[in-house]
Amino acid sequence: MSEPIMRLEGIYRSFRTGRTLIPVLQDINLDINELEFLCLVGESGCGKTTTGKILAGLLPPSSGNIYYQGRNVRDLRGGDRREYRRSVQLIHQDPYASLNPTQTIFDMISFPLLHHKLVSGQKGARKRAAELLELVDLTPVEDILDKYPHQLSGGQRQRVSIARALTTNPSVIVADESVSMVDVSIRIGLLQMLMNLREELGVTIVFITHDLALAKYFAWDGRIGVMYLGRMVEVGKTQELIRDPQHPYTRVLLSAIPEPDPEKTRTKRHIQLRSEDIPRLTELPPGCSFHPRCPWFVEGVCDKSVPQLGIPASSNSSVEVACFPVQEGEKLQLYET
Amino acid sequence: MNQKMNDDVVLRVDDLSIVYRTKRGNVQATTDISFDLKRGEAMALIGESGSGKTTVSLSLIRKLPKNALVTKGQVLYQREGNVRDVLKLSKRQLREFRWKDCAMVFQGSQNAFNPVLKIRKQFEDTARAHGWTDKEAVRQRALELLRLVRLDPERVYEAYPHELSGGMKQRTLLALGVLLNPQVVILDEPTTALDILTQRAIIDVLNDMQKKLNFSIIFISHDLSLAAEMADIVATVYAGEIVEIGPVNDIFYDPQHPYTHGLLTSVPKLDHEQDLLTSIKGAPPNLITPPSGCKFHPRCPYVTEKCSVDGPPLAGDKPEHLAACWHKDALLKAREELAQEVAQ
Repeated sequence: MSEPIMRLEGIYRSFRTGRTLIPVLQDINLDINELEFLCLVGESGCGKTTTGKILAGLLPPSSGNIYYQGRNVRDLRGGDRREYRRSVQLIHQDPYASLNPTQTIFDMISFPLLHHKLVSGQKGARKRAAELLELVDLTPVEDILDKYPHQLSGGQRQRVSIARALTTNPSVIVADESVSMVDVSIRIGLLQMLMNLREELGVTIVFITHDLALAKYFAWDGRIGVMYLGRMVEVGKTQELIRDPQHPYTRVLLSAIPEPDPEKTRTKRHIQLRSEDIPRLTELPPGCSFHPRCPWFVEGVCDKSVPQLGIPASSNSSVEVACFPVQEGEKLQLYET
Repeated sequence: MNQKMNDDVVLRVDDLSIVYRTKRGNVQATTDISFDLKRGEAMALIGESGSGKTTVSLSLIRKLPKNALVTKGQVLYQREGNVRDVLKLSKRQLREFRWKDCAMVFQGSQNAFNPVLKIRKQFEDTARAHGWTDKEAVRQRALELLRLVRLDPERVYEAYPHELSGGMKQRTLLALGVLLNPQVVILDEPTTALDILTQRAIIDVLNDMQKKLNFSIIFISHDLSLAAEMADIVATVYAGEIVEIGPVNDIFYDPQHPYTHGLLTSVPKLDHEQDLLTSIKGAPPNLITPPSGCKFHPRCPYVTEKCSVDGPPLAGDKPEHLAACWHKDALLKAREELAQEVAQ
């Protein structure tokens, strides 16, 4: 396999509030392969958005290394650094907050075009902006260009956000919950458009979401990484991971999610947690941070040291999991029979 | 009032139309909404933002914003054989009605509690406002309810809101909602903004409570999965109208309205198969100048000329499953073709 387009290596990130240091990301290691569909999944506070910002260079890690096309981002200077920043773009979650209300759509799309000298003059900018809007199916283009964000619907705004991310011809796009704010009926259209960009423009898309079903749809031919309280707890090929989840947290999640099918969702077996309380990031439990809630907790093992991602010895899949009992090949009874 | 209402119907909404007066013109928020809610039944109103589902629920407890105007219809409420029109209650009667007869748990329950009062005080205040002053009796009832929502009752009762997590607050709020034993509980997006595992806990708790206390639920959600799991009856709301209503299995396995079907084919499932999804084209209409005829016609794949002229009535072969569409046959055919495609 060729070299990954991006690599995160031992990334830590904490935020300071007052006197406390909050560890938001701990020891994240992740390869992003060129043109793969990669999805990061987790609940609020798991660090998925922070990971996205670090990938896009909008936030420096507290420690650890980021590689873009094999080169450590920290060592990039001048033109090389600009090239990296231009090549990795982030689409924000909220299309109501991320577009400047005082600028027209043309203003916000032409700015990066002119700033990075990707076009010459207003005329060139207008032509390119129109092409970009066409690409994200925002038509009639001429109408949209001179509108302000408040004149557009949520779905249209999110398309503008995507078009804006495309202005700099990026090779990686990090899409953070990019469809969660739009209505169900137009969500899939937006997602499909995003997926098509990979084909049409050769961009690698990292999709961040809290919705496992959406992750499954997006990354069906790719990979999913499941995060919990700042750590990657399971990562692997989507189809294997959904069919045969390994980490107790992933199993609990999959069993807990309601499904849009009355008979199925009402007969689904739910795994009971030992505790429903999510630990605070400032008071993380020792060892595996899921152990106080984990139904398969092994005393003296899970609360002693932190498990690392690895493929279980007895496994014939490629899914990596950070859980001691699973790695030792212990069979966890998923559903009581 | 002497409307004919079966004993098991607790709430009947009849031809309810509401407009919002705004600077840009009148917004037709709901048009001719009608449904019956039976005792112990859970009904889901599903629809997208701006479809009017929150307007319907607010009108049931007369909590509409000041610029709203009910132009038509009535909301009949039945308790122990007495039928009253909620829209005609006096201020005093309304105070009684709210919480004792019909409680509402709003979206974003995190902010529903007064942060400087203990949970105990908030239960006591609610009880006293409705003439129940025996603190010990309130306490007993509250502890029982807190236990029912699977919280540590003694601890939570003496806690301040900030000592509770989001999920715990939501459950405490559910307990507070049913303190006065209402017959109808309205839930606005009960699980939105909560984490998946917390959502699961809330759903389980709600199912438990409803079994034990036998109240009726109306819940508003854009989450089809939640409706699939909790509802007995599902009503699809589009552009202020109920376009389809029926038992949950009928809606999910035999949708008769293209909009309902469109929603169902645009949500991914968690099974082991690859999803074949399509989204509904276009966007929800502007309700100041709604489309003529069937309001869904500009987005509908089965549209004919008739649709833009005449609005179809809610009708169906089965009396309990109704849909407002002229072209149910076309939809049925499309569904059969889709099923074949999936089978391949």
